[in-house]
Amino acid sequence: MFELRTEPFDTEVLRQQMFNPRAGAWLCFEGWVRDHHGGRGVLHLEYEAYPSLCYKEAQQLEQEMLAEHDILALSCVHRIGFCPIGEMAVWLGVSAEHRKAAFAACEDYMNQLKQRLPIWKKETYVAGDSGWVRSESSLDSE
Amino acid sequence: MTTKVRMQYFASMREDRGCDEEVIETSLQTLGELYDQLRQQYGFNLERNKVRVAVNDTFVSWDEAPREGDLVVFIPPVGGG
Repeated sequence: MFELRTEPFDTEVLRQQMFNPRAGAWLCFEGWVRDHHGGRGVLHLEYEAYPSLCYKEAQQLEQEMLAEHDILALSCVHRIGFCPIGEMAVWLGVSAEHRKAAFAACEDYMNQLKQRLPIWKKETYVAGDSGWVRSESSLDSE
Repeated sequence: MTTKVRMQYFASMREDRGCDEEVIETSLQTLGELYDQLRQQYGFNLERNKVRVAVNDTFVSWDEAPREGDLVVFIPPVGGG
């Protein structure tokens, strides 16, 4: 499952939707808006997406993760719109029979999401300027 | 012969272009040529090798030809997650 949401959302509901008696492991990743980037103070973020391509690409990515990792299900919600410091920008849940596959799929999915999905991030800085920021490579330098 | 395509712009490209969408009439043979021409015309900041292109909600190559009624979106470097 993949969704874009314009408002803060309830993660407990998302977690419960993933309950599966076959799963021995469930992993959750939350991406939070932090107050700095590249040595600069950040005031807030704005996310923008190209929805139809985003959903299509996310579905393709999910199918790949289910094929390549021994997991049961994967579910992701990404915010669009204004996100203040501390806001959850992205939520990812992965269920599997065993934790090793869940950890691997979680990392792989996030790396791929950051490279492939048509979602853009604009940072507004303490200094007053703002700019569109591309994702780092899979190894986050920060 | 000209072809009419619908353009949609997002993020930095939307800001460079100054609008969300428009209809363009072109006689150019590839999307790459279209980007280069629009970049020159509208002052897009990004070189083509930094941008991807999608047609009708599918990523395609720059060698593809624009077709009548296509929805064309230039995808600047993404920043999700």
